[in-house]
Amino acid sequence: MTTSTPGSAPVVELRDVSKAYAGDVHALRGVSLTVCAGELLAIVGPSGSGKSTMLNVIGTLDPPTVGTVRVAGYDVGGLSDAQLSALRSRHIGFVFQHFHLAAGRDAIDNVADGLLYAGVPRKERRARARAALERVRLGHRLDHRPAELSGGEKQRVAIARGLVGEPDLLLADEPTGALDTASGEVVMELLHELNAGGTTICVITHDHEIAGSLPRQVRFRDGEIVADSGAKEAKEAKEAREAQQGKQGKQGKQAQQGKQAQEAQQGKQAQEAQQGKQAQQVRSR
Amino acid sequence: MSRPKRQSAPTGGLPPLKPSRLSPRDILGLGAVGLRARRARVVLSALGIAIGIATMVAVVGLSQSSKSDLLAQLDRLGTNLLTVEAGKDALGQEVRLPKSAVAMVERIGPVQHATATGNVDAKIRRSDVVPEERTAGVTTQAARTDLLTALGTHVAKGTWLNEGNERLPVTVLGSVAAQRLGITEPGGKIMMNDEYVVVIGILGPVELVPTLDCVALVGFPAAERYFRFDGHPSMIFERSADAAVEDVRAVLARTVSPGAEGSAKVSRPSDALAAKAATDKGLTTLMLGLGAVALLVGGVGVANTMVISVLERRQEIGLRRAIGATKNAIRLQFLTESLLLSAIGGATGAVLGAAATYGFALAQGWTAVIPPWSLAGGLAATLLIGVLAGLYPAVRASRLHPTVALNAI
Repeated sequence: MTTSTPGSAPVVELRDVSKAYAGDVHALRGVSLTVCAGELLAIVGPSGSGKSTMLNVIGTLDPPTVGTVRVAGYDVGGLSDAQLSALRSRHIGFVFQHFHLAAGRDAIDNVADGLLYAGVPRKERRARARAALERVRLGHRLDHRPAELSGGEKQRVAIARGLVGEPDLLLADEPTGALDTASGEVVMELLHELNAGGTTICVITHDHEIAGSLPRQVRFRDGEIVADSGAKEAKEAKEAREAQQGKQGKQGKQAQQGKQAQEAQQGKQAQEAQQGKQAQQVRSR
Repeated sequence: MSRPKRQSAPTGGLPPLKPSRLSPRDILGLGAVGLRARRARVVLSALGIAIGIATMVAVVGLSQSSKSDLLAQLDRLGTNLLTVEAGKDALGQEVRLPKSAVAMVERIGPVQHATATGNVDAKIRRSDVVPEERTAGVTTQAARTDLLTALGTHVAKGTWLNEGNERLPVTVLGSVAAQRLGITEPGGKIMMNDEYVVVIGILGPVELVPTLDCVALVGFPAAERYFRFDGHPSMIFERSADAAVEDVRAVLARTVSPGAEGSAKVSRPSDALAAKAATDKGLTTLMLGLGAVALLVGGVGVANTMVISVLERRQEIGLRRAIGATKNAIRLQFLTESLLLSAIGGATGAVLGAAATYGFALAQGWTAVIPPWSLAGGLAATLLIGVLAGLYPAVRASRLHPTVALNAI
């Protein structure tokens, strides 16, 4: 488990990454992004903005056309398919919108599968799966099959599967997309909690409200990052560009800092609002 | 999993990435995942393989059981019995064997035992109410009292001819003859020409010389006295040491009818049984071919099931790739699934085939023989088919791009 605080070694580093598909479709255009250990960030944008491609590139499921991608320190471009699989099995956890749980198998088996390809012996897999399910507060649903679980519970099982290997990075693709508001809030709360415990989490979403509840937002449009509320480097680069172009760098910096503060404030409020709602729910139950 | 330890090594100071091996048990578990979720389909596609294997195991088992039964019969009856029959000369006249033929045969060195029967011209009827023309297909033969010893058989009911009764108007019936005359117990009377004779015994089936099943046997002296039998034997039975059978055979015709040896027909009754054991090969091959076709069709069924399974489980494949399965692991999973599927079929087929063999052998009174090589061959065929049927779907599954697979809904 990574227990480092934000600002330590980068878990994900993208340098001028572009991704083009056949038919001259540019899903990503020169994207640079650094995610440090312990961060909780949202990659947000409308559909078609390239955020799903970002998920695939960061998750090493799809190689970039141009640019370098480093995950957990490994330069992805130089790795074979088998090595990429090994990288995913040990360093990246995935959570998907539609859970992708095996229907006929109980929660423990589903979660234990998250360790199957990392070379963990069966007994240990099950023990760690049990612990992971307890971490997502599903200790009472260990032997339930997906059909016996609510949507929110299914997503929590999926999250447990994603983090049972204690990955450097948990990639969550629209984790609340298939859930009702209340379940979605529980899931987001859980992600905050896990992040507080040290897990680096990257949430891909089109929902600005959800993105706003996270400490850092990276906004995408047409394959480019249009705003990054937390990237020091991005800011510095922008400053440098602005300085070069002879614009008022100071003003820009101040404006940005102001914006950041504002967004942080918004995030906090959203979080508080959420917690309030949850408290209400608990009471009404 | 802890973070990679920083140490000077390739890949920029990070430990090299090496995909973990799956344990055999995990591989089996993975192969069973898909089967457990779709049981009806598993049963149906395994059935094809089962039918093929069952056919092959049963065909081999039955032909082996039948063969081993014949060989056991041969063993029991012995292969050292030779017979000499009176034939016809060049002009078509019947040549009679000399009365002294048996004594002459006995004088051949390796001969252990010689005896004879003679054709008697006596028409057999159930009673005097039946017209003389209706003989029920039963003929009369005179037999020496040591006939049964030479044939290695015995009466099923009653007693055999002996020195005391061979002069009396008594008869022993062959099994078929008794049936045709409607006689089930000794003690009854039948008519030979115009003479009533008492049935004192009924033979069991004479396996080596089935012609004796259809006759009524009387003693030589009785035949001469009551039915004007001339005393010339028409068939000589002889047993010798196994090793000398061919030597005896070479001199037998000359011995029994010197000067007319061309007309005496020497044969070895056990040859017919041995030939029977060697035949049936054509039919067995045909049935094996049919089994192979069934097996092939079963294999196509398994391949079809596997292709559909891969299509349906694209998301699962994508997920597994995302959580770290290598292409190899995906291939292995689907190959194992295909192998398990055909192994289930193969095992079921082997059990069914063995059961069919036992059942049929029991009904035939044979000892069931299921050669281990047929089971091993069936298993090997099953595994081969599992691999062949699973290879293409497995490769297809492993080539699915993880992102495409994940997005397929």
